Amino acid sequence: MLPAVAYRIGMDLVDAQGVADAVARFGDRYLHRIYTERELAECNCGQLLAPMRLAARFAAKEATLKVLAMTDGVPLRSIEVQSGFGRPPKLVLAGEAADRAERENLSDFLVSLTHDGGMSAAVVLATVGRG
Amino acid sequence: MAAKPDAEIVDQVRRVLADHARLPMPVEGLAQDDDLYQAGMTSHASVTVMLALEDTFEVEFPDGMLTRGTFASIGAMAGAVTQLRSPST
Repeated sequence: MLPAVAYRIGMDLVDAQGVADAVARFGDRYLHRIYTERELAECNCGQLLAPMRLAARFAAKEATLKVLAMTDGVPLRSIEVQSGFGRPPKLVLAGEAADRAERENLSDFLVSLTHDGGMSAAVVLATVGRG
Repeated sequence: MAAKPDAEIVDQVRRVLADHARLPMPVEGLAQDDDLYQAGMTSHASVTVMLALEDTFEVEFPDGMLTRGTFASIGAMAGAVTQLRSPST
């Protein structure tokens, strides 16, 4: 009999206009508090698309925090979404987020992003007890 | 024991919330210990509130204070700001 596999799942939804407003109001202070340099480079795609892409990445970070069952004291920059460029995006954890995943025995993080109608969403799935 | 935040700090926190929290109801109607997340503040809005508090009070929230609890209520935020503005002992 195959061993049972357990998963944890998280989801989040973000209003892209809120992200656009935050960028306009706080600029680099907002951007560099939340996103890694790689994420900012990958979202540097013009005024229309950039807020939606940034919002999707924020949603992915929040969804990951839900999977980690930890919202306190984890810098959002310790959770990075890497674009797939034609392949699915990847989720890379570092620092506090990675430590928490190890303590919780979570691995094989998967992420899916979407945006429509000014809203961006992300779903994150992790495997429990393997890896 | 943490110092009790003064009324001026509480009022300024309310103004920050009115401008940045994107709540579905007037901030004036919220008690100091009302749960802002239950009132409709999203996780993204809490980030902009945090940045606005830093601007308003000229403080910087360290990573250790970036907790859900710090931004959960008007009173909690006012207390955090008071703590950050207190001279180190």
